[in-house]
Amino acid sequence: MQAQRTILNLLAAAVLGLFLWWAEGHLDGYKIQILNLIAVNIILALSLNLIYGFTGMFSLGHAGFMAIGAYVCSVLILDPAQKEMLFILEPAYTWVQQAQAPFFVAVMAGGLAAAFFGVLVGAPLLRLGDDYLGMATLGFAEIVRVLAINLPRVTNGALGFKGIPGHANLWWNYAWCVFTLFFVVRLVASNSGNVFKAIRDDESAAKAMGIDVFRHKLLSFSLGAFFAGVGGALLGSLVATIDPKMFNFVLTFNVLMIVVTGGLGSITGSVVAGVVITILLEWLRVVENPLFIGDWELPGIPGMRMVVFSLALICIILFRREGFMGKREFNWGWLLRSLGNKAGRHGS
Amino acid sequence: MSLAMFLQHGLNGLTLGSLYALIAIGYTMVYGILRLINFAHSEIFMLGAYFVLWGTTLFFLPWYVAMVVAVVVTAGVGILVDRVAYRPLRDAPRISALISAIGVSFFLQNLTIVAFGAIPREVYRPLWLETPMLMGEVRVLPLTIFVPTLSFLLMLGLVWVVYRTKAGLGMRAISKDIETSYIMGVSVNRIISLTFGIGSALAAASGIMWALRYPQLQPVMGSIPGFKAFIAAVFGGIGSIPGAVVGGVILGFTEIMAVAFFPDLAGYRDAFAFVLLIAILLIKPTGLMGAKLEDKV
Repeated sequence: MQAQRTILNLLAAAVLGLFLWWAEGHLDGYKIQILNLIAVNIILALSLNLIYGFTGMFSLGHAGFMAIGAYVCSVLILDPAQKEMLFILEPAYTWVQQAQAPFFVAVMAGGLAAAFFGVLVGAPLLRLGDDYLGMATLGFAEIVRVLAINLPRVTNGALGFKGIPGHANLWWNYAWCVFTLFFVVRLVASNSGNVFKAIRDDESAAKAMGIDVFRHKLLSFSLGAFFAGVGGALLGSLVATIDPKMFNFVLTFNVLMIVVTGGLGSITGSVVAGVVITILLEWLRVVENPLFIGDWELPGIPGMRMVVFSLALICIILFRREGFMGKREFNWGWLLRSLGNKAGRHGS
Repeated sequence: MSLAMFLQHGLNGLTLGSLYALIAIGYTMVYGILRLINFAHSEIFMLGAYFVLWGTTLFFLPWYVAMVVAVVVTAGVGILVDRVAYRPLRDAPRISALISAIGVSFFLQNLTIVAFGAIPREVYRPLWLETPMLMGEVRVLPLTIFVPTLSFLLMLGLVWVVYRTKAGLGMRAISKDIETSYIMGVSVNRIISLTFGIGSALAAASGIMWALRYPQLQPVMGSIPGFKAFIAAVFGGIGSIPGAVVGGVILGFTEIMAVAFFPDLAGYRDAFAFVLLIAILLIKPTGLMGAKLEDKV
């Protein structure tokens, strides 16, 4: 069964690869952009799910970690000549000016920087419970934003960066996405993963069993921060422009919505919801732009998109709190069995 | 800095502080009863100001009538939010209600964008509030006296409700122990609705006066004052009404004074409150006047 599963996993990866190869040649730029956003959103959703869904730490600091990842990565992949043009408010520090790295290293550095801040912030904050942790991490994200505005020699202040090289193509994004998926799946199935779930279900009981709660919370939090940083780094390269205004609470809200919709503590849920909600978010842009029916113009309604989504989030929390998947996961055995049953019924 | 300047900044700080305090009361009352951070409270604050705009431009009400109507309508919205989005989740894990509150916050904010547009709107201000008077050497805006005075009166009214009426007794009982209150025959849901109504009315009053002070209405105008008021409530000790007032006034005062004394720090103004929040949560999570909350194992 183990070998069979590995083969099926590899097969699925190959199908994904083939699809990406086809998409690259046949789809227009806008659709490819949506595919890219899907990959990034899945990474972000998985990282928040690790922190909140599997370890039970209600964190609202995702936008902060993403900002750190995006800024670190962008500084490393912009070339020095470009940076000289960009920093018009105040000249950059020399180390900012000179920093350079290949894309992979830059994304890694973004993730590691975010993870570093995850440890730095997590160490004091993680002993706070539930809602207080949420507000404190939200405070952290806001502080990152204010710092980004007020350190013009590193971040170019409120103007941010423009013309970030678009290295983050389909292949990079999906490679990171698959790696994140693989890592989180293995982590959750490992001993540490069991400890995370024990802490989520009952922290006091976990402590009584002799688990080092603090260390495991910090581990989960900083790993989540790492992948949030990676997501931010990819997003920065994908949209080519970053500024402090972009990393506000709406960004965290979107990720939270994906995780809650998919199901807290369900990796499958995060992936499925990541795909569906990203497409819906783009598709509903139609509502906000003017619509033409013949000569007749239906004016666009700005704000309508988020009205729909916030309403959807409220409905999910009210009527289906466990999300689409609950804590269930996709597995090959179940798929094969149900396919087998169908085939069997057809045969008889 | 001369004494006159100091007094002027002091009045500004008191004005800002009492606006924060009025919002903070709503946070603290709801938290005291439901252990819920009412994330949508900052949007209630914003709606109060927008309803005045609506009343004066759409229904041509005189501004003082529009204000009273706006306070009443906003209180209704607060009650409705509790009824629809929080009440069904009373028995759910606490974070579910918080996520619902975040959803409501985004919903109200974007509904306002749909209804009024995202463009900042001017609001009418009576002229006498902003013609400075000279008191000795101090230039005083009547507004900076009007706002703290009205806020003080509103708070007196609140204290009367909470400590001198039967409904107030119910509120205090529920905040001590919600289940026992049920058993003792307190009509818990009605009292909770009343709490949301009062909290929202105070937030609306604050939003309306905020619009007099900073006359630009924006759908997102509630977030920052809302966060800061929440921080003020935590600072004062969440669950405690006097704590919320003291926390709000101290926060407003410190903010104005910090910017007045260290103009270089003006850019960090919004971060200051969050640093304060994290510091309090780490050093003394119960705040200045809060009762100790213990997790039951």
